Amino acid sequence: MSELTLEATLPQVRVQRRASRLRPGPLLALAFLLLLIVAALLPQLFAHSDPLAIVPHDAFHPPSQAHWFGTDQSGRDIFSRVIHGTRQSLFIGLAATALAMSIAIALGLLGGLGGARIDRGVGWLLEVLFAFPSLVLALLFVAIFGSGIGPLIIATGLGGAPGYARMVRGQVLAVRNAGYIEAARALGHPPLRIIARQLLPNAMRPLIVTLTMGVGQAIVWASALSFLGLGARPPAPEWGTMLSMGRDFIANAWWLTFFPGLFIVLTTLSTTVAGRYLQQRLEGRLS
Amino acid sequence: MSRTTLSPRRERLARLGRRALWRLAGGILVLWAVATLTFFALRLMPGDPVLAILGGPSGNPTAETIAEATREYGLDKPLPVQYALYLGRLVQGDLGISYSQHLPVTRVLAQQSWPTLELTLSSLALAWLLVLALTVVTAGRRRWLASLASLAETLAAALPHFWLGILLLALFAFGLRLFPPAGSDGWRTLVLPSIALAIPLAGFIAQVTRESLELTLEQPFVLTARTRGLSDLAVRFKHALRHAVLPGVSLSGWAIGALISGAVVIEVIFSRKGLGRQLYQAVQAQDLPLTIGISLVVAAGYVLANIVVDLLYQWLDPRQQGNPA
Repeated sequence: MSELTLEATLPQVRVQRRASRLRPGPLLALAFLLLLIVAALLPQLFAHSDPLAIVPHDAFHPPSQAHWFGTDQSGRDIFSRVIHGTRQSLFIGLAATALAMSIAIALGLLGGLGGARIDRGVGWLLEVLFAFPSLVLALLFVAIFGSGIGPLIIATGLGGAPGYARMVRGQVLAVRNAGYIEAARALGHPPLRIIARQLLPNAMRPLIVTLTMGVGQAIVWASALSFLGLGARPPAPEWGTMLSMGRDFIANAWWLTFFPGLFIVLTTLSTTVAGRYLQQRLEGRLS
Repeated sequence: MSRTTLSPRRERLARLGRRALWRLAGGILVLWAVATLTFFALRLMPGDPVLAILGGPSGNPTAETIAEATREYGLDKPLPVQYALYLGRLVQGDLGISYSQHLPVTRVLAQQSWPTLELTLSSLALAWLLVLALTVVTAGRRRWLASLASLAETLAAALPHFWLGILLLALFAFGLRLFPPAGSDGWRTLVLPSIALAIPLAGFIAQVTRESLELTLEQPFVLTARTRGLSDLAVRFKHALRHAVLPGVSLSGWAIGALISGAVVIEVIFSRKGLGRQLYQAVQAQDLPLTIGISLVVAAGYVLANIVVDLLYQWLDPRQQGNPA
């Protein structure tokens, strides 16, 4: 490469770095996600009252100074329940995304590396799985294995897997013939090592963003299932379950459903904004 | 000119027709796999299907009734035989009798399909209306306007439809009493559920469409159109839009799947008739034939919708012709 072209590309790089500087939107999103993680690890820091404590004469209090988010039909403090629910909701979202991604990587590697016939088979399997909308797939799964947190995670993960698998397969196909893979092969590295060291990291890089946003989507789908009464059992402080419990009282106690839902929205919004910011950073560095 | 050459338009139509047939054949293969998968998966379901037929374990049926029902529903035969019989009936359009409703599954499907179709189509139409209004008018405009619209789209895409549904219900049905809170008769019952499903969807499609519209507006042909003296809105609607909607159109195939998923929850919230709510009830009642039937209809609708989206895409963008999907 001549000096001239190098110089011509330099200002562009600088422009991109400026564009990826932390603006208020991504900053707020990252701050909120950080707060959520702290709340998941140490809920006592934010909420002092017991999320399961029943105080009958405090039932249906609208939001006030004593109860920021109001109280539910049994007088439980909703703010405390939302904060304590963070752990379970975040865990469900992360676990479901991890599961979806593991299935996707297995299928994607199989399709991308297994030769034309296996690839066609995997493509067909994906098409079949796509014919089940994710919630229908999840409902079928819950029908077979029953409801609860475990099945909820697996159901949400299964519902998301086909979409990720298609992306992983595309990435593997794109990376498979890259120069560095050829170089590693020429050096005589065993295939498994090439897959683990070269192929997967390079194929996965563009998917980091999708994964970040995927956690938010997984939380939404899992809450939808909980909302239908197929997830965590009722008194448990889980956002979807709280929505489901509050649904019977929407005509006169809006705060029962408003605040847990608001936290779902803020979480999804934050993962989207943070994911997009990551994307800008990564693209800036790659070009 | 020789007579064998068709006009370009006819040739395109013929090619689209061949593609449609080819895709339909593939779709039937997918449906067979869906039918097989659901059949065997649901056999793994815990609990005795015979008990489910007879009204659950609490029904306390006698041994004779159990034996009789087992024979009546063909559950005493070996699994491969049951599967073969099931496929044979399926080809003839017979989906069996619903355990929980004691009606032919096809009749239940006929009753429940239209409300769901109505809901998904009106939501999709409303979503596209919102997308066009939001993106065509604001893309590439002054910075604050574009970023405000972009913020609205991101927020819309993050809203879960069930939460939106509850809020709309609380505000417009119970609070202001503008719309009925439940039911599925008449257009007024359709308004709130459609809005709840359309807003998040519009957010997703608008994000993609805005990006592609902004790229399109920088293309040379847009400049050409402007120099011909076309007004700004005419340039946007007549020239740029056809290019810019392509990613959104291909996203609509995915959107139909998301809408059906959403319809399950929304139909439960608004107590609407429909496949989604019926599926939810069928799963809870362990009603095998109905669960399989609804899954099949949903899959068929989804496969068909994706073929339509694919053809529409080919039609809008002739450059894609001959490109395998």
